[in-house]
Amino acid sequence: MTFKKLLAVLLVLVAVPAQAALEITVSGGDVAPLPIALVQFQPTPEVPLDVAQVVENDLVRSGRFKALPRGAMPQTPVAPQQVVTDGWKAAGIDNLVIGQLGKSADGYYARFFLIDTVSGQQLLSHQFSVKSVAQMRTVAHMIADMIYEKLLGIPGYFNTKIAYVAASGYGPARNFQLIVSDSDGEAPRVLATSREPILSPAWAPDRKQLAFVGYNRGRSAVMVYTLATGQVRTLVSEPGLNSSPAWSPDGSKIAVSLSFENNPDIYVIDVASNKRRRLTDHYGIDTEPAWSPDGSKLVFTSDRGGRPQIYEMGAEGGDPRRVTFEGSQNARASYSPDGKSLALVNTDGGRWRIALLDLASGGLKILSDGPQDEGPQFAPGGAVIIYATQGRAGGAELATVSVDGRIRTRLRQAADIKEPAWSPVVR
Amino acid sequence: MTKNFIIAGALVAALAVAGCSGKKNVKPAAPAAEPYGQSTTPYGSEGYGSGAPAQIGGPSAQETAERALSNNIVYFEYDSTVINSEGESVIDRYASYLQGNPAARVRLEGHADERGTPEYNLGLGERRAKAVEASLLAKGVNANQLSLLSYGEERPAVPGHDEASWAQNRRVQIIRQ
Repeated sequence: MTFKKLLAVLLVLVAVPAQAALEITVSGGDVAPLPIALVQFQPTPEVPLDVAQVVENDLVRSGRFKALPRGAMPQTPVAPQQVVTDGWKAAGIDNLVIGQLGKSADGYYARFFLIDTVSGQQLLSHQFSVKSVAQMRTVAHMIADMIYEKLLGIPGYFNTKIAYVAASGYGPARNFQLIVSDSDGEAPRVLATSREPILSPAWAPDRKQLAFVGYNRGRSAVMVYTLATGQVRTLVSEPGLNSSPAWSPDGSKIAVSLSFENNPDIYVIDVASNKRRRLTDHYGIDTEPAWSPDGSKLVFTSDRGGRPQIYEMGAEGGDPRRVTFEGSQNARASYSPDGKSLALVNTDGGRWRIALLDLASGGLKILSDGPQDEGPQFAPGGAVIIYATQGRAGGAELATVSVDGRIRTRLRQAADIKEPAWSPVVR
Repeated sequence: MTKNFIIAGALVAALAVAGCSGKKNVKPAAPAAEPYGQSTTPYGSEGYGSGAPAQIGGPSAQETAERALSNNIVYFEYDSTVINSEGESVIDRYASYLQGNPAARVRLEGHADERGTPEYNLGLGERRAKAVEASLLAKGVNANQLSLLSYGEERPAVPGHDEASWAQNRRVQIIRQ
């Protein structure tokens, strides 16, 4: 009944043109980015994508690499035996990436080599086979992940997705879209459109489902979208608020904020049985739950002390412990992958900025400038935080900042972009 | 003065963008009653005339009531759910309307400005809608005539990023169902 209507309202699948514009600023710090050169892979008409360029953009965007411009390259080898190491060493390049693209009997392939020009050794060599040429973009992100991990010793996060909400228009013309793109903002795909708000996309740990908040006929609902089928099911739609879903690390439960028992409190819903359990009972607003990586704890935002602050409690409930004390308000916390720190929104009363809280020491480090930054979340691996910020043109944009605050990027698109959620890595 | 002007402007803007049903019922001030005997149509040439009958004596009681209901927005201060005297007068008129029309239903739509996080602002929008609900109930309105919905910061009335815009976005809109 209402659910069918909801599908009609929500599920308009549209192809949107990729018009992401990326802007990278690197400021301060002592860590020099690692020089690398990525020669254009031997091109073939069957594969229109410049795979090496996508890999280079990923690596440079991380702030950890500096790429040699193609015009400054001493040669353009496509196979290891063609590499003349002296020229690369003279150009200051220790790490060289070359490769080939082509068509095979049942699809397409990409082959690449990471070569240490000092020793002449191949550090990596790998061949990917794909059925569809559209999958080459994914291959490029996988190559970037392999190079990143080989040279830095920490896992890459480029073969991931970002879910976000785009809002445009005002009044009755306002329109909301739930979008999933590659981690570089490219290949955006609209999963759902609605005249009513869409909020809080949250990835299931297996990356196969997205929970989010939608509205239908005067009610809000927490819904679960299955990416493979496009099916949407309502997890909960009680009177009042149904908001802020967060999957437990094992994917079996979703924490939410519901207000049907008077005012917003934290509940945990079992995904398989839909059975729910109330974890907080307070007249303040309790919302924005987030799980610790081991699933044993939850943080949430509450204004039980007067203003919004972050509290931590056991995943079964119990007495919450306040963990933020700096600034007039703190909200929307999420744990780092190692569980030792929280990304959150901090305000001094004027600007709303992204900050990093060290849970052991209580130390707070401001990472962004505001004035209206929201929705911070760690990328897989924990080196980078994504958030939404107010752009120079007034609309909201996505931005990233490294946890040392040094490297910032912005992703601009032609709508208000909010509520980013970085998908887990699936290997 | 300035504040009243801003609020009046806000209302016009909000009505314009909200396109709410109230607006089409707001008739321009009646062009007074047409005087007898000055019809431009010669009597008898077209029977009794094809136009609408002249309106005599200004707006009807119903029009007056509609006009009172066209002001359907209660504004709030930052991070506050306190209803000011202007808000109370909006609520008063709706209380009379709902009590006089037991079959009528309204939805109280709570909104917040863009500051703060979207999820917390849903809670704030709901609190504001509840404050208006409590006031209507205290004035004797039947609870089953009311429903609540919070939009948080998701449906701003105006797009700006300054105090004047925020003031117009912190609101509860009373929507007749």
